[in-house]
Order: sequence, then structure tokens, then C-alpha cells
Amino acid sequence: MGERGRHSHRLAPSLDAVLAIPEEIRDQIVGHARRDHPDEACGIVAGPEGSDTPTRFVAMTNAERSPTFFRFDSTEQLAVWRELDDLDQVPVVIYHSHTATSAYPSRTDVSLASEPDAHYVLVSTAQCGTSEGPTEFRSFRIVDGVVTEEEVEVIPHGG
Amino acid sequence: MAVEVRIPTILRTYTGGAKSVDGRGSTLSEVLESVESGHPGITERLVDGADLRRFINVYVNDEDVRFLAGLATPVGDGDVVVVLPAVAGG
Repeated sequence: MGERGRHSHRLAPSLDAVLAIPEEIRDQIVGHARRDHPDEACGIVAGPEGSDTPTRFVAMTNAERSPTFFRFDSTEQLAVWRELDDLDQVPVVIYHSHTATSAYPSRTDVSLASEPDAHYVLVSTAQCGTSEGPTEFRSFRIVDGVVTEEEVEVIPHGG
Repeated sequence: MAVEVRIPTILRTYTGGAKSVDGRGSTLSEVLESVESGHPGITERLVDGADLRRFINVYVNDEDVRFLAGLATPVGDGDVVVVLPAVAGG
């Protein structure tokens, strides 16, 4: 789990290799992962272009409905990407869950990553399943096949 | 027949940064060939043999061409082709 209780906002989080994410959005991602367990859940958190700040949670449909694979539903993706364009937003976070393994990008995740500016968030529900319980929540950059883990800074509600 | 082809960020290195380029043709295949002639190398990223690459989504007027006729999908004057890399993983 990410650290709680820290209030600082970074000015240039992308350079500091930190994902700063509001607590309620972190909880929405974890909730989606739990709900869809044992299938993988997926989605994005949008934010203003250039801000590196995730502000708008968008759960996506996993068209594969699979415990080992995910793919955004293509029609839904087009609609969401068009909305991003209209709002001058980008997918700041792209998240998905692993339901039987740890929250670390798989080889498939790495080979298919196509957004070098995104924070790739992985949640593992291997321990908790659909109930309350420990989850892993980790964030990575994936650029040209290279995975770099980054710190997750959870911004407390109202913080 | 002029067709607008929208290019995703990751492929704009082939288009000099342009978000969309003009294509010509009466099928998606022909349109992509015409885009290739002005932007060499881009089609290799979209097409594998006779099919679209598995993790590339292409839409003609908002319809995923996988639900139409794939590369043989007809296109007409003023149609819009959108290319989006699928967001997928394991």
C-alpha cells in the first residue's frame, strides 16, 4: 500500500519519479480491482495535459473478462479518448489488476505498453480477493521496454 | 477520395508530429497505402501481412473495423479513420 499522511505536493512529480494520487482515487482503483476479482480490472485516471496530475477516474471494461489478460473495450476506448481530446486531458494513470500474482508488470504488460508518459499502476488482489484485506498498489514507468518503479504518494482526502 | 487519418501520439514520429494526415482510397487498405507513401514506415506499425496488428485499433467513422471488414472496409470521401493502440496487457 502507498504511504498515507503526507501532504506535500510536488512541483515536478514526473522528474521526481513519483505518482501523487488522491486517496479517493486510489480507493476507487482498489475497489474496482476487488469488484472484478478474479478477472483483471482496468481503467485510467485522466488529468490535464502536461499537469501529471490524475483527477478523473474512469473505469474501463475489460473486453477479455479474463483472470490473466486485459484489453480495453475498443469502442469504449475510442469514446473515452475522444473525451480526453475534447477536455485537453491525457491518461495520466493507466491501471490494471493482477488477481493471482504480484503488482509488477508482466512481460505482456511491458511489450504492449504504448504510453511512455503514463504512470502504469498495478494492483494485486491475490491476497484479498473480493473482500477487505491487503492489496498491493504500485506504480511504474514503462518506456521502450524498460520498467522503472516509482514512489506512490497518496494525497489524503481534503489534503 | 480524401480521408482524414488520425494518428496516435506514439506514431507521430512518422508524421512530423502531425495529429492527422490525408489519405486516399476506397478501402482502408488503400488509404493506409497512400499514407505510407508520404510517411514511410508507418504501415509496418499498423499492419502485419494481410491483417491489422492485433493490438492496433482502427476505426472508420467510429466503428472498429474488426467488426466491419478489416482492411477491406470501404471508405468514402470525407470519412474519418482513427488509429489507436489498444490498451492491453496480462
